[in-house]
Amino acid sequence: MKNLKLLIIGLAISAISTMAFADGHWSKIRIGTEGAYAPWNFMDSDGNLVGAELDLARDLCSRMNAECEFVQQDWDGIIPALVNGKYDVIMAGMSVTDERKKTISFSKAYMTEPARLYTTSGNPLTTFSSEKNLNLDDDGNTTAGTISALNNAMKGMKIGVTEATIHESFVETYLDQSPTTYKTQDEMNLDLAAGRIDVMLCDSGTAEAFMETASGSDVVTFGPNIFGGLLGEGVGAGIRQGDADLKAMFDKAITEAAADGTISRISMEWFNGKDLSP
Amino acid sequence: MRYELMYESFFKIAEGVPLTIQLVIISTILGIFLAIAVALMRISGNKLMSAPAYYFVYLIRGTPLLLQLYFVYYGLSQFEFIRESILWIILKEPYWCGVITLTISTGAYSSEIIRGGILSVSKNHIEASGALGLSQVKTFLLITLPITVRQALPAYGNELILMVKATSLISIVTLMEITGIARTIISKTYAPVEIFLVAGSIYLVINFIIVMLVNLAERRLGIEKAT
Repeated sequence: MKNLKLLIIGLAISAISTMAFADGHWSKIRIGTEGAYAPWNFMDSDGNLVGAELDLARDLCSRMNAECEFVQQDWDGIIPALVNGKYDVIMAGMSVTDERKKTISFSKAYMTEPARLYTTSGNPLTTFSSEKNLNLDDDGNTTAGTISALNNAMKGMKIGVTEATIHESFVETYLDQSPTTYKTQDEMNLDLAAGRIDVMLCDSGTAEAFMETASGSDVVTFGPNIFGGLLGEGVGAGIRQGDADLKAMFDKAITEAAADGTISRISMEWFNGKDLSP
Repeated sequence: MRYELMYESFFKIAEGVPLTIQLVIISTILGIFLAIAVALMRISGNKLMSAPAYYFVYLIRGTPLLLQLYFVYYGLSQFEFIRESILWIILKEPYWCGVITLTISTGAYSSEIIRGGILSVSKNHIEASGALGLSQVKTFLLITLPITVRQALPAYGNELILMVKATSLISIVTLMEITGIARTIISKTYAPVEIFLVAGSIYLVINFIIVMLVNLAERRLGIEKAT
């Protein structure tokens, strides 16, 4: 009898606390980001996190009447740290892919941009010509020509990607050689400029930011815009699978921010006048 | 715990073992020569020799290995004159950047171990050797060196174990040794606990073997001492 009483009291307490939880839970949202992927998210010279996603996150948080807190996390642990509750949302230039959806859920995409290939000015690849676009959602017959042309042109060359990215999956799936993997985009940038790798594959925005710096002045792009398929549906906010309420809040806020032009404005401000809004 | 994943990833991670062991062996062999040279410079009594050796050890021991690796790999490649020099043939390769950094590191630490060993050789032995008419070189090779090795071996075994663990940093320069492979698997499976347990036990086994070998060598030297 005593146990039953305790049980009832226990249930009542947990019911009340769950209600309180659901009600005021998202007054504060912790957002995890890498801080090494300019202009999406990076550290300024004072060590502050800045970038397009930081501005966007603040805008979205104010639409959701929530307070934003940013947490820096290295890329290779960024999904485990979300799952383990170190923060509630990932906004780190992360593409929405089926592979990642097995572990976490995503808001709708808030920005989208193709991946591109980069090399340095002395490389014969600078004269490589191909179709303008390589859409991996097209059927195999359409894409095969462009992919084999790329493979032929890059025979024996070293291709760099950041580890655990859609770009690594692309090289492993479609290209003949295995990639050289880097922890961060910054490190890969340095090695492309130094000539340790011949080609790098990454999002165009981050590469263009590097090309504007002195050490990246030698970098040139070649080949098609690559998107679709395993490259995902654009960049979205990663959210734990259990937090459907938070996902709904983000979806709504992103729809609003896209509709009133906020995403376009932030994008053009950070991406050199380019509009990446979905 | 995902035991099946641990089982599968064991074989993938084990593929990094040859690289780890290669890095350790090459760097320790090169490092021991560097260490002997530095130790002899330190105790030479000549300021021109001992001062550079002192500052070399001070610099290498006083800075983190991770930064040294960054400096050798990403730092030196920033200079155009290095990229255009003949050094670039070696420095271009992540493998040799790893070997160079590890060699310098173990060279600095081991030189102190060796210096301690040499200084522990008693003056009496040296004088006795001189009295027997042995030259300075012979005295060093036949008297000082064997005693030094015996004195330094326990501490040097420690250094070997530290070297094995130091190779885990090498994955930051794109080399896929044990830790590098483990991190790659983690980034795809999101199972850090399982994968690091596997990687950790592989390091344990390697270090266990090293401890055994050092013990064996210590016992051998002990036997020689008894006869």
